[in-house]
Amino acid sequence: MKPKHQRLTLALLAVAAVLGASGLALSALKDQAAFFYAPGDVAKAGPPVGRAVRLGGMVQQGSIAKQPDGVSIRFVVTDGTATVPVSFRGVTPDLFREGSGVVAEGMFNADRSFTASNLLAKHDERYMPPQVAKTEAGPMHETKTLAP
Amino acid sequence: MIAEAGLAALWLAAALAGLQLVLAAIGLRLDATRPATGDGPGVGAAEIMAAVRPVAIVQGLLALLAMALLIALFVRSDMSVQLVVANSHSDKPLLYKFSGAWGNHEGSMLLWVTILGLAGTTIAIVERRLPRATLIATLGAQAAIALGFYAFLLFSSNPFARLSPAAPDGQGLNPLLQDPGLAFHPPTLYIGYVGISVAFSFAVGALITRDVGPAFARAMRPWVLGAWIFLTLGITAGSYWAYYELGWGGWWFWDPVENASLMPWLAATALLHSVSVLATRDGLRAWTVMLAVVAFSMSMVGTFLVRSGILTSVHAFAVDPTRGSFILALLLLYIGGALLLFGLRIGTVRQGSTFELISREGALVANNLLLSVILGIVLIGTLYPIVAAAFGVQLSVGPPFFDKAAGPVALLLVAVMAVGPLLRWRRDDGQAALERMMLPIAVAALAMAAVFIVTGGIAILPFLGLGLAAGLAAASVAPLWKRNLRRTPLFTWGMVIAHLGIAVSLAGMASDSAFTKETLVAARVGEPHRVGPYTVRLDGISPVIGANWSALQARLSVRRGDDGAWFVLRPQSRFFSSPPTTTSESAIATRLDGQLYTVLGAPDGEGRWQLRLWWKPFVTFIWLGGALIALGGALSLLGRVRRDRQAVLREAYR
Repeated sequence: MKPKHQRLTLALLAVAAVLGASGLALSALKDQAAFFYAPGDVAKAGPPVGRAVRLGGMVQQGSIAKQPDGVSIRFVVTDGTATVPVSFRGVTPDLFREGSGVVAEGMFNADRSFTASNLLAKHDERYMPPQVAKTEAGPMHETKTLAP
Repeated sequence: MIAEAGLAALWLAAALAGLQLVLAAIGLRLDATRPATGDGPGVGAAEIMAAVRPVAIVQGLLALLAMALLIALFVRSDMSVQLVVANSHSDKPLLYKFSGAWGNHEGSMLLWVTILGLAGTTIAIVERRLPRATLIATLGAQAAIALGFYAFLLFSSNPFARLSPAAPDGQGLNPLLQDPGLAFHPPTLYIGYVGISVAFSFAVGALITRDVGPAFARAMRPWVLGAWIFLTLGITAGSYWAYYELGWGGWWFWDPVENASLMPWLAATALLHSVSVLATRDGLRAWTVMLAVVAFSMSMVGTFLVRSGILTSVHAFAVDPTRGSFILALLLLYIGGALLLFGLRIGTVRQGSTFELISREGALVANNLLLSVILGIVLIGTLYPIVAAAFGVQLSVGPPFFDKAAGPVALLLVAVMAVGPLLRWRRDDGQAALERMMLPIAVAALAMAAVFIVTGGIAILPFLGLGLAAGLAAASVAPLWKRNLRRTPLFTWGMVIAHLGIAVSLAGMASDSAFTKETLVAARVGEPHRVGPYTVRLDGISPVIGANWSALQARLSVRRGDDGAWFVLRPQSRFFSSPPTTTSESAIATRLDGQLYTVLGAPDGEGRWQLRLWWKPFVTFIWLGGALIALGGALSLLGRVRRDRQAVLREAYR
């Protein structure tokens, strides 16, 4: 191979690698990105059934109900305009409690309830999910930590 | 007084960085116009350039002084300083007062510039083989990078700001950060980031003086290697820290901040391999410079992601939007400037030596390309939610995306990695290479057959992962066959051990994802529960008091099989009063073949306690592999430095 050609080949390969990465990434993003929903969105447009999504809001006061097996719970997520019932099996995060912010990862069921596979709660008294802070009146609190 | 002295040291360091940049620029300009002999406009270039080194040394020492003074403020719990009040508490154990100095936004940025300044000091003292003009250009580039960060500190994140009147006590440090990991993890990663910026400065220096060649590659290589070792250690330590501290049993979450450290590592890994080609074979010149630019850009993107407050995470301290835009401006300025310089000067970089497709160089190019593809996927997956958020769409990109998109490419990379070291430089015979590969291929096939027979089939990615790990392990040690082990150079050992580390780590990841057993129960006292080969019995719950926390501690009696000896694990649920927070302290039993991981959950009010138990076979291999990779890097670095020193001595002797 002539030197000039080798350089050109390398440059073309690099471009192909970048394009390949973008193509791969974008095609995978199409069906793997988890969109964020607030209860109000679901009330308006209906739930996206059978897709991995995130549901965010506040845990409604008095809504946490422990199930007999001791490791499952049901609770209600609200954003002030609508509510969604959520069921979850597992150890709840340290700061998961009624009246505080939560982001649930999981799927919607056909009956508009939500099955969470994972809960992210605030790790700090000062934290509130940005999505929730936006919908409520009052200044946004300092965003400090969220369970990764 | 300490705070004011610290601020003064910081201002002086910033001024010296400015001076360093100006002197380097003037010196280089004069040097370029200097006539070959006699008097002329360029006279004095040597004197000006001679001043750059001492300025760089003093600049680094002043930054170090500022950092030391900040640590002193934290250790003394000086509550008249804003930063101490916001992030410390007089009750905190001494270790966390000390490391708490960088457990916050301002302190961590100060640590960044301190390490950057000290890197400049080190170059100024030890680098002797690079042509003088290139060295001065390198120090100038270092000063330019440092200057932006000094400005950032002084104008928008002053760590030494006073609070008047002084507070009675501080607000405390985030309990998740109150861990020995904090003393170790951030400095390690920062040394890695900064080391990459030094490599980038070398590339800029070489571009400015049109001096891209083996000499430049040899000067840059130890910095790339060093940075890469520290990044490897930082990522490995961070992964283990998250694993035991967060109590989720996972070791990698594809969290944006994790990706922020993974992306520079991927780029540095590619750079590490191409710089070797440039140093020993004088090939891949423009390619190596481009990778240095990419690696630096990734470390800047990483700093931006973590420090701008654009992400909500345990790492994101900054929330002031002006800070985010300041870092974004720095990011665009540096990456844009680097790409511009690259575009302007790359035409002057001559073609290096060439090679055949089937050769060591060819495999290294494949390595670089595959690493770049993975890097691109991680970058897109990390930035996509941020871009989407700018358009008002809330979404998150998690493990399913990264596993699906990057997993197969990573396995392909592992396959290339097994082949590469068995190929000859310049040109190799495909047939002969295939013969050399027969044993590793046989080992991989055997491993897959064994896994299939024992388990009866597992998910495809872990299955391929286990097979490739076995093949790679065999191929990694192959370069040592038929060699006199005592005369094998240290850097060959380094390569062998680092590649072996990848195999070990991959085996751990595959084993963890394929064979982990999980049990989640609400346990009554005295009730036995099974997880994997273990029986776990809750004996009771008792309160425990620590230095600045109180806790509920479970006593778990555990035994393996039906006749193993009983031993005790004590997971805790801890309560911190400042700031008020609860954390789970997992209790982990480490065995040769894996870890038993236990977490105490909440009580259900009827005498039952939630217990989450995992049996994770060979999970420790993940971090053991990481340590081996870093060890391989260290051996390689030692071998290179030693050989280079011998070369310098030989030259001096002549």
